[in-house]
Amino acid sequence: MLTLSHISKTFNPGTVNEKKAITDLSLHLDKGDFVTIIGSNGAGKSTLFNAICGDFMTDSGSIVLDGKDVTFQPSYVRSKQIGRLFQDPMRGSAPHMTIEENLALAAGSGGWLSHVTKADKENFRDRLKLLGMGLEDRMKQPVGLLSGGQRQALTLMMATFHPPKLLLLDEHTAALDPATAEKVLEITKSVVEEDRITTLMVTHNMRQALDLGNRTLMMDSGGIVLDLKGEERKKMTVEDLLAQFKLQAGKNLDNDRILLS
Amino acid sequence: MDLASVLGLGQTALELGLTCSLTVLALFLSYSMLNVCDLSTDGCFTLGAAVGAVVALTGHPLLSLVAAMGAGVCSGFVTALLQTKMGVNSLLAGIIVNTGLYSINMMVMGGAALLNLKKAPTIFTLVKGLLADTPLAGQYELLTVAAAAALVVAVLTAFLNTRLGLAIRATGDNPDMVRSSSINPAFTTIVGLCISNAFTGLSGCLLGQMQKSMDINIGQGMVTIALASLLIGNTIMGRGGIFTRALGMVVGSFVFRLVYTIALRLDMPGFMLKLVSSVIVVLAISAPYLKSRWPEVQRRLDHGKEGKTVC
Ligand SMILES: Nc1ncnc2c1ncn2[C@@H]1O[C@H](COP(=O)(O)OP(=O)(O)OP(=O)(O)O)[C@@H](O)[C@H]1O
Ligand SMILES: [Mg+2]
Repeated sequence: MLTLSHISKTFNPGTVNEKKAITDLSLHLDKGDFVTIIGSNGAGKSTLFNAICGDFMTDSGSIVLDGKDVTFQPSYVRSKQIGRLFQDPMRGSAPHMTIEENLALAAGSGGWLSHVTKADKENFRDRLKLLGMGLEDRMKQPVGLLSGGQRQALTLMMATFHPPKLLLLDEHTAALDPATAEKVLEITKSVVEEDRITTLMVTHNMRQALDLGNRTLMMDSGGIVLDLKGEERKKMTVEDLLAQFKLQAGKNLDNDRILLS
Repeated sequence: MDLASVLGLGQTALELGLTCSLTVLALFLSYSMLNVCDLSTDGCFTLGAAVGAVVALTGHPLLSLVAAMGAGVCSGFVTALLQTKMGVNSLLAGIIVNTGLYSINMMVMGGAALLNLKKAPTIFTLVKGLLADTPLAGQYELLTVAAAAALVVAVLTAFLNTRLGLAIRATGDNPDMVRSSSINPAFTTIVGLCISNAFTGLSGCLLGQMQKSMDINIGQGMVTIALASLLIGNTIMGRGGIFTRALGMVVGSFVFRLVYTIALRLDMPGFMLKLVSSVIVVLAISAPYLKSRWPEVQRRLDHGKEGKTVC
């Protein structure tokens, strides 16, 4: 589904602020893979996502999404096939527009000059009900009035309204309180499972990294230092994982948001 | 002041307010929705008036409206292109286009700084002819601009609820979100500014034809006047749906002209218009900021008092 071949990215090349954020990284995901990613602060996890989405062009290498080379596609073209959530719940929806209007943007059906129809609204309402947050009765309210968790759940719904070929979750529950984070994670699981969406999820929760999905990547200094799957992964404990990290990266996993349990 | 002259004042304010409300609605789209402060408004207003006047002088009043809007679209397109594709800061893009438009406007007017439209067939003479012998005949000017304002409010409201309109609003509301979505912000900005400037051009065209003369300075200070009207409109009817808010723009434009007309009656000289609009804009924009600072000021003042009682 996604193939990255030898991609690299250096920020501010040739200056004192030069930063090699991704170095010769290759990765292949099969359709339906649910991959969790862990790594220290500054390991290049977010930069990897930005590269996949086309926020900047990589310095070298190629990116192939669903058999199509998208290396040089502008981000708004790639976005049609990629759903994306950030840590900050405020980033994913327009605060002064209503829930309905935000959903209409995500649905994006019809021509440029089409209006939201009655059927669309019914559809939005049914979908919102699935979140179990009572948002279906607040469709005419501006999104800015929602809580962080509600907004993140809505963003998730918008990102997967039409099941994307690839879903990128960048610590999307990290800014939420534990109970809400749990709820958003539940929704994430059910959405991903239902449509078998190929997913990459950055997490700082070691337990989650092993429990969710079918594969775990460890990143350090702009590269993938460990790729766990199958039996090996099933047997892995959080302690093993940390020990493996130390072995592969030559230092302790150092993340300011890390959760071991 | 007798009733007739009060009504007369109200009528002037209404006519001017409705005519310029199209520019306010243009800023509603660019400033409130797209979050771009379009400083080419003055030049574009004049461009619309110039093109409208020249085409009307050739004997095509209806075509003059279309031409003025088309000229506005071109002007908006250039402003948008500068800021989305050529890396020019959006404020600077507006200022540059505004400056360049002065020469273009002079060119359109054939080097003359003033065009007389007294004998030209305009949209107003056209409507006057249509309404002749009906009870409404005397109000042809008011009816024309009211129809124009109503039409623009209706079109703008409908447009802002289309998929493209929603995309334009999202571009202004959360650029972060749009950047990582399938909306191309350059595209929405270009479309938004083209439409917005079409309204500005139409507004200029109507004012020139209503005043039956068009001079090169007709648009000077228009952006501040329109911004003042917009902020007044926001204060009066800023809460609610798009339609209410768009209607608020027309109301704001009228209220601004009304206050100004009354001030004129109180012997304020005509040249004060621009200072008044500047002050209104400053007040409206800085009031929320000053209000948020007030508790701190109050705390300092109180603290000063406490200090004295202690000593
Ligand atoms: N636009 C940029 N310009 C310069 N340097 C950047 C830029 N974006 C990221 N970097 C640098 O690249 C490195 C990788 O950053 P990135 O945000 O990908 O880390 P991360 O793995 O997501 O870390 P965290 O766990 O803190 O979110 C960091 O050293 C960062 O400072
Ligand atoms: Mg990150």
